[in-house]
Amino acid sequence: MSTASYTRRDLKTGSMIGGGLLISFFVPAGAKRFVPGRGTPEILFAPNAYLNIAPDNTVKIILAHVEMGQGVWTTLPMLIAEELDCDWSKITVEHAPPGQSYIHTAYGVQITGGSSTTWSEFDRYRSAGATARTLLIEAAAKKFNVSPSECKTENGFVIAGNNRASYGELANDAAKLSPPASVKLKEKKDWKYIGKAKKRLDTKAKISGEAMFGMDVYFDGMLIAVTAHAPVFGGTVKSYDASAAKAVKGVKDVVQIPTGVAVIADNFWAAKQGRDALKVDWELGAGQNIDSTAQFEDYSKLATTKGATVVQAGNTDDALSNAAKKIEAEYIFPYLAHAPMEPLNCTVKISGDTCEIWTGTQAPMLDQTNAAKILGFKPEQVKVNTMFLGGAFGRRANATSDFVSEAVHIAKASGKFIKLIWTREDDIHGGYYRPAFLHHVNAGLNANGMPTAWHHRIVGQSIMIGTPFEASIKDGIDPTSVQGVSDSPYLESVSNHNIELHSPKLPVTVLWWRSVGHTHTAFVTETMIDELAFAAGKDPVAYRRTILKSKRHVAALNLVAEKSGWDKPLPHGRFRGVAVHESFLSFVAQVAEISIDYGHLHVHKVTCAIDCGLAVNPEGVKAQMESGIIFGLTAVLYGEITLEKGRVKQRNFHDYKMARMNETPLIEVYIVESDEKMGGAGEPGVPPLAPAIANAIFAATGKRVRRLPLQSSDLMKA
Amino acid sequence: MIKLTVNDKPYTVDVEPSMPLLWVLRDVLHLTGTKFGCGMAQCGACTVHLNGEAVRSCVTPVRRAENQTVVTIEGLSKDVTHPLQLAWIEEDVPQCGYCQSGQIMSAAVLLRENPNPTDQDIDDAMSGNICRCGTYQRIRKAIHLAAKMQKEGGTK
Repeated sequence: MSTASYTRRDLKTGSMIGGGLLISFFVPAGAKRFVPGRGTPEILFAPNAYLNIAPDNTVKIILAHVEMGQGVWTTLPMLIAEELDCDWSKITVEHAPPGQSYIHTAYGVQITGGSSTTWSEFDRYRSAGATARTLLIEAAAKKFNVSPSECKTENGFVIAGNNRASYGELANDAAKLSPPASVKLKEKKDWKYIGKAKKRLDTKAKISGEAMFGMDVYFDGMLIAVTAHAPVFGGTVKSYDASAAKAVKGVKDVVQIPTGVAVIADNFWAAKQGRDALKVDWELGAGQNIDSTAQFEDYSKLATTKGATVVQAGNTDDALSNAAKKIEAEYIFPYLAHAPMEPLNCTVKISGDTCEIWTGTQAPMLDQTNAAKILGFKPEQVKVNTMFLGGAFGRRANATSDFVSEAVHIAKASGKFIKLIWTREDDIHGGYYRPAFLHHVNAGLNANGMPTAWHHRIVGQSIMIGTPFEASIKDGIDPTSVQGVSDSPYLESVSNHNIELHSPKLPVTVLWWRSVGHTHTAFVTETMIDELAFAAGKDPVAYRRTILKSKRHVAALNLVAEKSGWDKPLPHGRFRGVAVHESFLSFVAQVAEISIDYGHLHVHKVTCAIDCGLAVNPEGVKAQMESGIIFGLTAVLYGEITLEKGRVKQRNFHDYKMARMNETPLIEVYIVESDEKMGGAGEPGVPPLAPAIANAIFAATGKRVRRLPLQSSDLMKA
Repeated sequence: MIKLTVNDKPYTVDVEPSMPLLWVLRDVLHLTGTKFGCGMAQCGACTVHLNGEAVRSCVTPVRRAENQTVVTIEGLSKDVTHPLQLAWIEEDVPQCGYCQSGQIMSAAVLLRENPNPTDQDIDDAMSGNICRCGTYQRIRKAIHLAAKMQKEGGTK
């Protein structure tokens, strides 16, 4: 029920692969594996769903959220350790199973996303620790025959005078007590862990080959499945010929499933060769007509028509006609694949009336529900083991549970215990992209250079329509399509504005992609405001300061200006650009310093300031800013999924490129001292990066960037 | 039957000689520290040492490893004490962690060949390894730190 609570002891590896395999001198691979929680003795004390204590003083912390790189494997234990006052070195961690206790405190479903883990668990996890501590003190007081008020705790011990007992020793007695109705949490001044940099608890497992990702699950009798998917979105199988696939040595079965045809084999290599040898006749359907160029032409036409009103104030048309200066611009953003390093995979074992699943998922309970539906089971008949996620970025939080559902269908159709593995090509072609978007903006300035009118039309597919999250759509407006524009802090100062949305439907599947709507809205607002500053003849930072009424935006902006040396001259050939944007309750400002050599962009340095309220683990926040910046850089330099006749043109990392070491700028991150409401860290580092670079490119070339990724023409002087 | 040595242990495997070493390590030997990322030598997640050289095991047919010596992340050190591993802990490098085996195996060859690498040397040696979480800056710092530790400590 966790990353690790199953063991490898039952892996009879020598007989794993059928067909005469012989491994001499075999030592089970599991022999020295790090498996947190494994071998933990009997749990004596489980005061709540979030932690338990064993007699050997091990404190096991159960995560309602999943670890996908963002660091909650460390942050949530910090919250418990703060109140429990336990020995940090005795902490082990595991992922929770699907369960009511693990429902998101704000979202109402069990999900990891929206950069929300730390703030949404801040009270629940601290209270979990405090409850346990109270019970341990009560048990100790009885044992020492003193009053609880005479007891104190220290690093996993309860102490009263000369009496001293470890949490493990007290666990048995504490388990017999009733939990207190309420607990008092520590005051900020007494915090030992919160707000202080803590190293990650999962590092050792992740640098020794011992961490268990979904991909790493192996069991006796388990086979590998690889699926042939339709070449276009919405395509279905007309007929297929499996004879060549079945002739591949090691192929055990070929089954048709709703999403294609799956080849099941002893190992991945045989399954993939079998898949490649399949002959499938596809019913392509409407998906074959999609063409990226035509799609943006259609979007551009749509942007000339009135869309659904998102927000509206004053009279934008009049204000535009009366403006002293007007700027009109159209922006385009392609589909983007998440491309987590661990290709999608899922292991499924159906035995009679139970099903067990091992996968890396952001939404275990949704997956459980979807699997149960396919099998005609009740959810409790499906056990989900959440493994480490080798990156996710939103791709593993899918209402359709696409890769889990596919694996369940394969197991059901074949009657076999399988691990489904998607190839990188399956992943790049697999849809659930950041939707393609087009923005059309008309802005007007008065004679003083202040913005008086802002007309903004957004065109792009809705992520939420047709999903269980549809409930949050009001008046036809998917908030994920407009976030970052509809709530832009600049609108407060632009008395006439009109934001409209078109949500065309296409067969291409779409999903949230790290920072969701902000991936495109921040680019448009922050490059446009830069453009207005230039038109007004003002410095971009000073202009923003004048217009912004939000003090948290200004605080982040001021810190980044100071730390980047915004007011200091740059060496010849270097240029700067700035952007500031709020997303997921955090305020992030970035300054990019670039040069352009013979049409080639170098990003030398990115300075970043974030106000996320309290930073529970400042080192984790810094790491997430660094991560978001590189993620954003990939989108600026390379990110683009294009379709021709419905076929996705990109295939793998050679043509769906990623930023690499040699392109990595020096990154400096500063955290604003803040007592404001807590925000997230996983996503907010992404949105400002692209506009900061685009604004720096303008400073260098005099040309505005109107589409992502960068085109070579963007890097030529105007 | 193909004989090969992995992490100092001899193995005999009955597989197609064209099967990539990656899948022999993972699907046959269950040494899962070596990762599948792209299958075409683009991302470096599958990097292992073949006779001491860094190779992308996803495109290396197992026949190339016949009677040869392979080292994977599981065999890089005893008790996770290679200077790179210690430096990775010190710099808090991994995030999702999926690419880090490959990163470390690439860096290990760099550090052996060049005990004092410059930033440019690190760019040259490490740009074949993708990290989608963007831990590159910390990897760079950790390699410099490991170089320093190697010089001072002399472990491994």
